[in-house]
Amino acid sequence: MSGGNGSMEGKMAGYLLEFETPGQILEASRQVRDAGYTRWDAHTPFPVHGLDRAMGLKSTLVPWVVLGGGMTGCATGLLLQWWTNAHNYPFLISGKPFWSIPANIPVTFELTILLSAFGAFFGMILLNGFPRWNHPVFSSDRFRRATQDRFFLSIEAEDPLFDERGTAEFLRSLGGSHLERLEV
Amino acid sequence: MTTMSLANSLTDTSEDVRTRPPLILGDNDFASVTEKVCRVVETSKTPKAWWALFGLSATVMTMLLAMIGYLFYTGVGVWGVNNPVGWGFAIVNFVFWVGIGHAGTLISAILYLFRQNWRTGINRFAEAMTIFAVICALVFPGIHVGRVWMVWFLFPIPDQQLWMWPNFRSPLLWDVFAVGTYFTVSLLFWYMGLIPDIATLRDRAKTKLRETAYGVFALGWRGSNRHWQRYERAYLILAALATPLVLSVHSVVSFDFAVAQLPGWHTTIFPPYFVAGAIFSGFAMVVFLAVIARSIYGLQEIITMRHLENMNKIILATGSMVGYAYAMEFFIAWYGGNPYESFAFQNRAFGPYWWAYWIMVSCNVISPQLYWFKKIRTSIPAMLVIAFFVNVGMWFERFVITVTSLAADFLPSAWGMYWPTWVDILTLVGSFGLFFTLFLLFIRWLPMVAMAEIKAIMPQAHAHSHDPHAEREHRVLAEAVR
Repeated sequence: MSGGNGSMEGKMAGYLLEFETPGQILEASRQVRDAGYTRWDAHTPFPVHGLDRAMGLKSTLVPWVVLGGGMTGCATGLLLQWWTNAHNYPFLISGKPFWSIPANIPVTFELTILLSAFGAFFGMILLNGFPRWNHPVFSSDRFRRATQDRFFLSIEAEDPLFDERGTAEFLRSLGGSHLERLEV
Repeated sequence: MTTMSLANSLTDTSEDVRTRPPLILGDNDFASVTEKVCRVVETSKTPKAWWALFGLSATVMTMLLAMIGYLFYTGVGVWGVNNPVGWGFAIVNFVFWVGIGHAGTLISAILYLFRQNWRTGINRFAEAMTIFAVICALVFPGIHVGRVWMVWFLFPIPDQQLWMWPNFRSPLLWDVFAVGTYFTVSLLFWYMGLIPDIATLRDRAKTKLRETAYGVFALGWRGSNRHWQRYERAYLILAALATPLVLSVHSVVSFDFAVAQLPGWHTTIFPPYFVAGAIFSGFAMVVFLAVIARSIYGLQEIITMRHLENMNKIILATGSMVGYAYAMEFFIAWYGGNPYESFAFQNRAFGPYWWAYWIMVSCNVISPQLYWFKKIRTSIPAMLVIAFFVNVGMWFERFVITVTSLAADFLPSAWGMYWPTWVDILTLVGSFGLFFTLFLLFIRWLPMVAMAEIKAIMPQAHAHSHDPHAEREHRVLAEAVR
């Protein structure tokens, strides 16, 4: 988050390449994907249509987390109502049965939705590794525009194909308006 | 610039797709949209209008707190509730505020699933409105229970002395779960939508304090497409979850009435009728807030006349549903042949609370019908007046339903009138203070327009230029449309 001063003392963390339009980052991403890089990313101010495929991303686990949450919520709702009202302390009120599915549907439904929503939200947060307040890309001052109007491509130094000179040359061949060394 | 945007806003509502301009008017690009939305939050000079409104709202909110303090200190006797009318203003206000919230979820979830891209201009503050309205709603059942220190009885919390559980066969408990879930899910949905925009504010921050404050809530968002992928999927799923949820919430609220045996309450039409009414009143509130906010902050190019007109069309549609429901209630009261039921409805329209009934009918049935005329649908003063009337009418609808049925039930010997006390009235007025205070704080500190979503629907966001085949196809299609 803090602005970097571009000093050469830090450890090489990767490269950051800036683009001006979503079309450019889409095309560049295809090439990085085809070149075989794995530890790289595209940073955009909004979700760019087609970028998932251009990056070759696999589908996400989020829906499965939601399914798990939903099933837990449904089971919790049913068990909670059965245990409290029909088992642990049964009490007769208005002649209603201790246990009947129709009367227990609303709460079961709400808990299903609630825990599914937790699954969607916290699943997304955890799979994305949030919160994470430090990252090499934040050392770049230009990167501040990644959440505004510019599109960035980053390749990490940890990538097995990464080569300080070769990768820089490869990135230069992709076009882009500015290439930057990321340091930590 | 102003004349151009004015001309734009006039043609903005064209029904013909060939002549309809893009959703965002004027000469805007990603940077200018960011600038326009962020400057509201980043300015060091808060508009005078904001201070005036905030001062007023905060004062009114303080009055609410004073009324609640008085109520807690003295007891529910300070209210007008009595026997037989045990549900007075508190429940009326609760249903009213929960209903207001529904429009926000409809805009953020249902219109999202239907790919109504125009929603992006208004969804953020409509969602904020939902959250604040539900907070106002939750105040009322909480303070209505009488012995507030027992309020935890609403939840199934194990207790060692009194080993007892709440009654899950009661719709009142369903309501606790429905409204609680609704609030939680709305908050998550809203916050999730805010994450990328808070990151924008963090990255634009000029001071360390702002950077840290926004930075904490941005969770380290860096626009990564690997993150966007999960984010978009989670957002879609949340929308799909919020859609049945919002329909269930007001259905469950209506069960509070419909599951009871009281004439005028015990009807199967209640759930859809309540949901339609909720969306109706909620949209009126969104229009009201949108008109004021866009003019104070000069956001006419982002929240355009088309947004307002579309919302007015929804008000017309849901208002007609509500009118239909009123008529159908009367029809069934007659056709059903139950003397108690038919008396309850005659009593509503011509009994001691006739004035409340006719305020409700004229505000809710007649005023939205004016929206059949495009001139009225696109007139700012007209929509402010109609939105105001709709909210008055919808408040009275809940008053009519709650009070008339309780005041005159099966046996005339048990009948009794209900009148609010000054505490009731000031508490209702105070809840608006709470609502507007929260809303004004939101407008001041958070982006009221979903910037990332707006950018994604701008023409510049579509990258066709690098795929010659797609580009040709696009051109052929565009020509075919012409």
